[in-house]
Amino acid sequence: MSDAASLATLADTLFTVTILTYSLATIAFAAALAFSSRPKATASEHRSERQSVGQSGGASTLPTGPSNQIEVLDPPPTPSPFSSRAARVAIWITLVGASLHGAVLLLRGLAADRVPLGNMFELATAVAFVGVGGFLFLAIRTPRLREIGLFVTLPVTIGMVLIGLFLYAESGPLVAALRSRWLVVHVTTVSIGFGAFLTSGILSALFLIRSRFEKAGEAAVGVAGRIGQRLPSSPTLDRAAHRMVIFGFPIFTFAVIAGAVWAESAWGRFWGWDPKETWAFIAWIVYAAYLHARATAGWKGSAAAWINVAGLAVMLFNLLYVNLVTSGLHSYAGIN
Amino acid sequence: MRTALMLLFLLALAAVPGSLLPQRPLSQTAVAQYFADHPQLAPFLDRLGLFDVFAAPWFAAVYLLLFISLVGCLVPRTWGHMRAVRAEPPKAPSRLSRLPRHAEIATELGNEQALDVAEEELRVARYRVLRREGSLSAEKGLLKESGNIVFHLALLSLLISLAIGKLWGYEGSVLVQEGQGFCNTFQQYDTYSAGPLIDGADLSPLCVDLEDFQARYEPDLTPASFTGDITYSRTLDGPDEQATIGINSPLRVDGTRLYLTGRGFAPIFSVTLADGSELTDLSAPFLPTDSSTMISEGVLKLPDLGSAQDQLALEGVFLPTAADAGGGLLTSVDPRPLDPAVAIVVYAGTVGLDSGIPQNVFTLDRDRIERGQLERVGSANLRPGDSLDLPDGTSVTFTGFKEFAALQVHRDPGQLAVLVSALLMLAGLLTTLLVRRRRIFLRPGDRVLEIGGLAQGGSSDSTEFERIVQRIRIALADRNGTDRKDP
Repeated sequence: MSDAASLATLADTLFTVTILTYSLATIAFAAALAFSSRPKATASEHRSERQSVGQSGGASTLPTGPSNQIEVLDPPPTPSPFSSRAARVAIWITLVGASLHGAVLLLRGLAADRVPLGNMFELATAVAFVGVGGFLFLAIRTPRLREIGLFVTLPVTIGMVLIGLFLYAESGPLVAALRSRWLVVHVTTVSIGFGAFLTSGILSALFLIRSRFEKAGEAAVGVAGRIGQRLPSSPTLDRAAHRMVIFGFPIFTFAVIAGAVWAESAWGRFWGWDPKETWAFIAWIVYAAYLHARATAGWKGSAAAWINVAGLAVMLFNLLYVNLVTSGLHSYAGIN
Repeated sequence: MRTALMLLFLLALAAVPGSLLPQRPLSQTAVAQYFADHPQLAPFLDRLGLFDVFAAPWFAAVYLLLFISLVGCLVPRTWGHMRAVRAEPPKAPSRLSRLPRHAEIATELGNEQALDVAEEELRVARYRVLRREGSLSAEKGLLKESGNIVFHLALLSLLISLAIGKLWGYEGSVLVQEGQGFCNTFQQYDTYSAGPLIDGADLSPLCVDLEDFQARYEPDLTPASFTGDITYSRTLDGPDEQATIGINSPLRVDGTRLYLTGRGFAPIFSVTLADGSELTDLSAPFLPTDSSTMISEGVLKLPDLGSAQDQLALEGVFLPTAADAGGGLLTSVDPRPLDPAVAIVVYAGTVGLDSGIPQNVFTLDRDRIERGQLERVGSANLRPGDSLDLPDGTSVTFTGFKEFAALQVHRDPGQLAVLVSALLMLAGLLTTLLVRRRRIFLRPGDRVLEIGGLAQGGSSDSTEFERIVQRIRIALADRNGTDRKDP
């Protein structure tokens, strides 16, 4: 077996080990969430959590008046010792998983002697990697977010199983059209932006569950109520989601610009409404709308969160439907 | 902003059919196929402009509305911001404890002295500071709004640059066989599209000859590179220059770009008529139907074989590496021309090129075959050198093949402006997203200095405020110390 082939085989094995590691992390996160004995917060408590600061002292030059509202941090959580220990262990397992995940990409790159972003299998694997990385970054900075790890590692684990089953492509050389320096620039930034949007979309979905629970208070029932009860407060989730979009949006914007520069030298025009381009345009508009909504009275909160979730749906549609179903210039899935 | 939000959604929604329905600028054939598949629905959708969404009036209406709303929003905001830049930081509110961030520092210094110390620290931290009687106001981060305005102005400039490109730009494509060439005139293109404000005389006088075409493959038959060696001249009687173009590496000459966008094979035939006269080097490009095997289909129409002679048309398939598929059928197993063959059907009659109706050069008119104007007179699988003898004594010989390249010429005068606008948008975006707008107010009380802080946007980031408070605290302590030592 040649060196390249054995590296590729090792990458495949590590891919499986990564999924197993994330599964373990998912179990640990589930335990942390299940045993967290968070006192039921009532709606009134939550209202008092947000202090509204109006237009104070000649603040007329501060634009977009409504955004002067400042939200104060959560009250310190009181998780059970078992729960917080489980969450800490889960974070460590996720860190190990993410390292293996990174190693998969590294080995795929070494095996084919190129950037490991040459087909959909590699792209989707990279997006999942950035998503997990983004969550770890947030969770290490904001400990309250550790408890929601389940909602990141579970979709990522399932997603990676599906990636392995349906998107798998043998490690191999790039087709001629992809042999450009712009591949690294364009696809790396797309993966980073997409990964950030992935984490952000999950956080916004959790925000929606949580804010529904906060509105219902003691009356919250059902699975959504029980989940909502254990989630970090809605302002924490909203802020984390917003932060991930603020991180991802300029990178995604840059990725689209880099893609246009590449398209100019590869296809003769910088923009031609290829299906992939069209959906990138739609996604960009949706995330622009999210940023506007978050600064618009009456749209912040749930409406903005729904827009963010819609943005993630558009990104996933663009990855899956456009590559696998429609025919366009971006058809490099490597799947027949 | 609510209007802008609505229009953004409308724009996103309007773009959706452009990716789900076949679009004329991308593929005429796909649109024709859709018409064939949905004879009832297609004409209706066509009336709505859904087969060319991005040129449809209603799509233009949405982005023009967005454009107007953007201008309407930007003008007052730019004025407001310019006023804000010149204006003084606002007065300190009466009760600093009501602000989201609040701290008190004990100090032995007098009121004015304490404010002096704080003012110096804030100025070092690059705040704009204003002392009023008994209080101090400081602010920072006006760049946030500047970035916001730059982003939106650059967006306007991007839209204008796009329009310039559409109005004065053009593109033309042509299939060129090895050893042939073309000049940059609309007449010589197979297909072209041009903006409404450009006419043929504006085209740059570029002439190109394709000397050689090479396709290289990896061992696993992944295409590695396609390159064309070309000779070109910038002016009609200018000196010849050499270049190699390929995928991802176009030729750029004075704002006009030449691309290699595709390739294929053109089988060569010779025809010997019954009277012994021979026509050689007859070829036509065959279009690949499958890029992994390069099985290609095409037609060679021969309308000029002499007045006494029926016109001929050869319809066929070119197989670069032929393999027997059973039942007398051939297939190709390799994209490289290792063992080429053609499978042809020959028709005789009138091809109809002089009928005045435009014809597709890659297919035969089926109606002519059905009406008997073209009659099938023979068919065969041929390797190079093989001949097919027709009943009237004519003989068709497959003599070899040439490669051809699909070349495209583009010019877009707005392109550079689009790139600059896009980069300015990115710069504005980064500025507005990364810069935080803050205000800090100070008022000395009874042996304390009271500090209140306010950050714009729902930010919980308290570290900046804590950092400033800490700096002032240390500076005040220093001054306390020196004052005591040195009365």
